[in-house]
Amino acid sequence: MTGSAIAMFVIGGVIIWGGLLGSVFYARKVAKTKK
Amino acid sequence: MQNRSQWGTRLGFLLAAMGSAIGLGNIWRFPATAYENGGGAFFVPYLFALLTAGIPLLIMEYTIGHKYRGSAPKSLGRVSKGFEWIGWWQVLISFVISTYYGAIIAWAIMYSYYSFGQVWGDDTTGFFTGDFLQMTDAGAFGGLVPTILIPLIIVWVLVLGILLAGVKKGIELANKIFIPLLAVLFLIIVIRAVTLPGAAEGLNEFFQPNWSEIMNGSVWVAAYGQIFFSLSIGFAIMITYSSYLSKKSDITNNAFITGFGNSSFELLAGIGVFGALGFMAQSTGQEFTEIVQGGVMLAFSVFPQIINEMPVMSGLFGFLFFASLTLAGLSSLISISETYVAGVQEKFNVSRTASVLIGGGIAAVISIAYASQGGLVLLDTVDYFINNYGVALAGLFEVVAVAWFARGLKDLQNHANSVSDIQLGGWWRFCLGFITPIVLGYMMLQNIRNEVTGEPYEGYPIEFLFNFGWIVALGAMMLGAVITIKRWPNRDLDYKRHSSVETSEDKEVAQ
Repeated sequence: MTGSAIAMFVIGGVIIWGGLLGSVFYARKVAKTKK
Repeated sequence: MQNRSQWGTRLGFLLAAMGSAIGLGNIWRFPATAYENGGGAFFVPYLFALLTAGIPLLIMEYTIGHKYRGSAPKSLGRVSKGFEWIGWWQVLISFVISTYYGAIIAWAIMYSYYSFGQVWGDDTTGFFTGDFLQMTDAGAFGGLVPTILIPLIIVWVLVLGILLAGVKKGIELANKIFIPLLAVLFLIIVIRAVTLPGAAEGLNEFFQPNWSEIMNGSVWVAAYGQIFFSLSIGFAIMITYSSYLSKKSDITNNAFITGFGNSSFELLAGIGVFGALGFMAQSTGQEFTEIVQGGVMLAFSVFPQIINEMPVMSGLFGFLFFASLTLAGLSSLISISETYVAGVQEKFNVSRTASVLIGGGIAAVISIAYASQGGLVLLDTVDYFINNYGVALAGLFEVVAVAWFARGLKDLQNHANSVSDIQLGGWWRFCLGFITPIVLGYMMLQNIRNEVTGEPYEGYPIEFLFNFGWIVALGAMMLGAVITIKRWPNRDLDYKRHSSVETSEDKEVAQ
């Protein structure tokens, strides 16, 4: 894979999978504080 | 007053919503769309579309369902009486889609079975269109194909059984099994695909950015189209599903989780598909441009070729791939069918059982047409017209109606903020009031221009396209208006009256 392809894989992955994990962890954090 | 069904847990709702969004399009539409529209550079318009249209629209539909607590026709009718027909239009679009979705799942079930013996042989396209579908001339129906009809009946028995079991014990439980299983199966597929020889070259083709494409307007339209069709927006599904949320449920973060969850699966599918295509390109010596395809042919012609080329455990790989398609399809079909089950139940004041048997039964009977020898051409035609002139147009009408005519965004924003962890600001109203209508409107104009100036779709007979394309797509809109004429039982559209009754009932329960 070329450097630019790897860069797009990393950027896309971080934003999309990071967005999912961030939203899930935030929901868990808020749920814990509410308890 | 009958209590409204509710999800058992937040996870149950999220899995059901993601199960609806994650469908066949994630696996066979996204990878080819990204490749044809700039490769890695496609992520820029794609993410922009997700954040400016996909997630804002999801939040809007979740809020409408959560606030007005009804099926799409009832909820939209409670926003403003004149909007009920948009809800019925969307419900009828879902009804049409459900009739052919079952047939594709039936194909996937048969191909899961065929994978073990690689029954398709070396000529995979010939097997699919000839031996399996027994395709006849475009425009003709021919006889029924038993190898499609039998799994189709199984699909409908399963789906109607799940719907009969209700929201919590049926839809939620099914998705709690299907979605984690789908994630595990697909992870195995992706790990296997990226460890095949040539996979790195395939991934390079997928992620290599072509920055010149980013200035092309059609690439942006493709990105918005992908987000729009992939997230089950404008189908009446998300309004119906969110109407089963408890009153204090979060809305905004649930929309972020659903949106990013759907995109996460799409990205994973792109990696799996292009890893496998890279392997095929290397083992057969073909150019990438020759083998990259989207849609039905990627799954039922190209993938069997990849399976043929695999060195070990090819049958198991094939089974996992087609089982994934089956699970993704089933979870989406359940959600699509729930829209009309809920709509019919509320409008005609019948039991859920009667609604499932009437609505689902009619859809199941109509779906038999797709088990005929002319099924693929019929499916291709109906799918093209109902998506381009049904889903997209109904979505545009919905957002324009709520944002521009009812001026309801501020009210919905206040409702979402009253229950959500993430607070909505002016950006949300700006995305829905300006960006989304403009992009969807441009998409519609471009579709119509292509229709007028281009050749008839796929070269099919014009009369056939008119009867099964235009009439079906526009018929859904008109029939929606006709159903709207019937009065609601118990003045159900009177939101203020019903919300006060619900509040007083809540107080009685609390006492």
